[in-house]
Amino acid sequence: MSDMQAWDADRARVRIGELEHLPGALLPILHAIQEEFGYIHPDTTPLIAEALNLSRAEVHGVISFYHDFRHAAPGRHVLKVCRAESCQSMGCDALVQHIEKRLGVKLGETTPDQSLTVEQVFCLGNCALSPAVMLDGEPYGRVSPTVADFLIDSSRRTQ
Amino acid sequence: MSVKVYVPRDSAALSVGAEGVARAIAGEASSRGLDITLVRNGSRGMFWLEPLVEVETPTGRVAYGPVTREAVPELFDAGFLEGKSHALFLGPTEEIPFLKQQERLTFARCGIVDPLSLSDYIAHGGYRGLQRALTLQPQEIVDAVKNSGLRGRGGAGFPTGIKWNTVLLADADQKYICCNADEGDSGTYADRMIMEGDPFVLIEGMTIAAIAVGATQGYIYCRSEYPHAFRTMQRAIAIAYENGYLGESGYLGANVTGTGKRFDLEVRLGAGAYICGEETSMLESLEGRRGQIRPKPPLPALEGLFGKPTVVNNLITLATVPIILDKGAEYYRDFGMGKSRGTLTIQLAGNIKQGGLVEKAFGLSLHDAIYSYGGGTASGRPLRAVQVGGPLGAYFPDSFLDTPLDYEAFAARKGMLGHGGIVVFDDTVDLAKQARFAMEFCAIESCGKCTPCRVGSTRGVEVIDRIIANDNRTKNLELLDDLCTVMTDGSLCALGGLIPLPVMSAIQNFPEDFDKPAPVPPVQLTIQNRETIPWR
Repeated sequence: MSDMQAWDADRARVRIGELEHLPGALLPILHAIQEEFGYIHPDTTPLIAEALNLSRAEVHGVISFYHDFRHAAPGRHVLKVCRAESCQSMGCDALVQHIEKRLGVKLGETTPDQSLTVEQVFCLGNCALSPAVMLDGEPYGRVSPTVADFLIDSSRRTQ
Repeated sequence: MSVKVYVPRDSAALSVGAEGVARAIAGEASSRGLDITLVRNGSRGMFWLEPLVEVETPTGRVAYGPVTREAVPELFDAGFLEGKSHALFLGPTEEIPFLKQQERLTFARCGIVDPLSLSDYIAHGGYRGLQRALTLQPQEIVDAVKNSGLRGRGGAGFPTGIKWNTVLLADADQKYICCNADEGDSGTYADRMIMEGDPFVLIEGMTIAAIAVGATQGYIYCRSEYPHAFRTMQRAIAIAYENGYLGESGYLGANVTGTGKRFDLEVRLGAGAYICGEETSMLESLEGRRGQIRPKPPLPALEGLFGKPTVVNNLITLATVPIILDKGAEYYRDFGMGKSRGTLTIQLAGNIKQGGLVEKAFGLSLHDAIYSYGGGTASGRPLRAVQVGGPLGAYFPDSFLDTPLDYEAFAARKGMLGHGGIVVFDDTVDLAKQARFAMEFCAIESCGKCTPCRVGSTRGVEVIDRIIANDNRTKNLELLDDLCTVMTDGSLCALGGLIPLPVMSAIQNFPEDFDKPAPVPPVQLTIQNRETIPWR
């Protein structure tokens, strides 16, 4: 996560240019932009609209529809906590409470030192090893509060 | 001689430390000067034993698990490279009862082969289905699928051959094959396991579908929560192109004479919307729009992706096609019961001791799946409820455990088999809370296209909050029943149409959970529309 670049319109144009030829290019473009900058900067909307010959409203509508696309820069690390039924059966509600208490933020928020964003997710497909979380794209199963503390502490220490 | 050691790269195995184990084994072997070949296979689907390390011995593969990084030096000391005994020794892998009693057809290679080795795939029977398909006329391929009795494994259970036939008969300059790998149901992970453990079987199945209906372009819509599966699928597609199994040179490989046909395949990433598992929403998303559902008709088989005739199938459906073509429709049809033919990929999940993938002919009872394979609850407490079929599936009490895993048997009990996920809950579960969650989930994930789902789910959360708070309980239960009827009858797709299933089954099967004193402090009655849900 730490290899994310600061928003740069020229760089965004390059990434859009690489993908605009694809049929149904909008989602691939938005993923590329988020991979580059960590979120979808509002100034991206007109750039994409122009490239794909769409209205700004159409592009905005798509960005705001999908849970994945962020509207503000996340922390240096992103922790996704599964809240779906399988993880509920193994106590994910208590795990969420524990994480929120420890970090002093709610799901969807970033710690004040910008080190960690915590997000909810509905199913990581690791349901035989619930409760499950994902830290910077890496899966973790059977996550106890102790494991969660370890993941949180070790990630916040690193850039 | 080099000894083959298998350490899975399946996401679930990685989630409990497989990467560290693989590195420790490589490091230990090199410091001891031992010659090993480390294969990063998929998972065998016995997740309570992960990381499950296998060693190839002259008498077959033997297993050790669950292996930790710390245990690796001891394993070397004990002689695990010769398959010798150790506290973690599990014996020959195929003899482990959980695996031995299964009927693995779709998952025949998963966990056995190197997922990214085309030669390994072919050595284990891969591409035989395609070779057979190439000797048939398109109509004959469709008929084979029809005769096998294969039904859509995404949940709806629609006969696959009939869907293909519609696309075959449609006249168009362009047709598409779309694989639905937006496996959003909690308790399911079979699609992910195939993408990570045997990706070529999906490529082969889609190629056969393309020949059958006359399509030249395919898309796999993979959910973004599966980054590892996405990357493995991308690599497998690149390997298929390099070796002439996709693209310009045809799907025929160097050793089969060409027919001049072409099939291109691309894997696309979803963006965290559950509704995109609904086929028309998925098509909208692939086209670059909001994942809002389309009313049917027109059927996607006639007007699908970019308005063209499109086969939309679940991943497991497509991954089952190669074995049907290879071994014949009759072979596949001979498994199963009633109108549910072939095998079901059961996924044991939640509060379960031995969670994992069980591929078995339709007809196994829910009880046997949970106890004979799953070993009961993980917590050791009594089982109280089971949700089969994901967030839209009904909550069954233990008195329903005799239900056979079969589409019709589940429907008869007002349940749904869905994608085959079984989530087990012990006696600490509160079904009123689960019913509330079902409505809350629907409110969060509704695409907003139709009113019963968009508004009904939000009102549903409010009504359940009042029931829990013991506010006019009898009247509000009646109101909820009425609301659920409207959602069932009036919603455009399965999300709003089926969310009453978990809600009403919780009330009907667990009435005592809706008859408790109001909690102290009382539930906060809030209007939970999309803007005010705190984490959005």
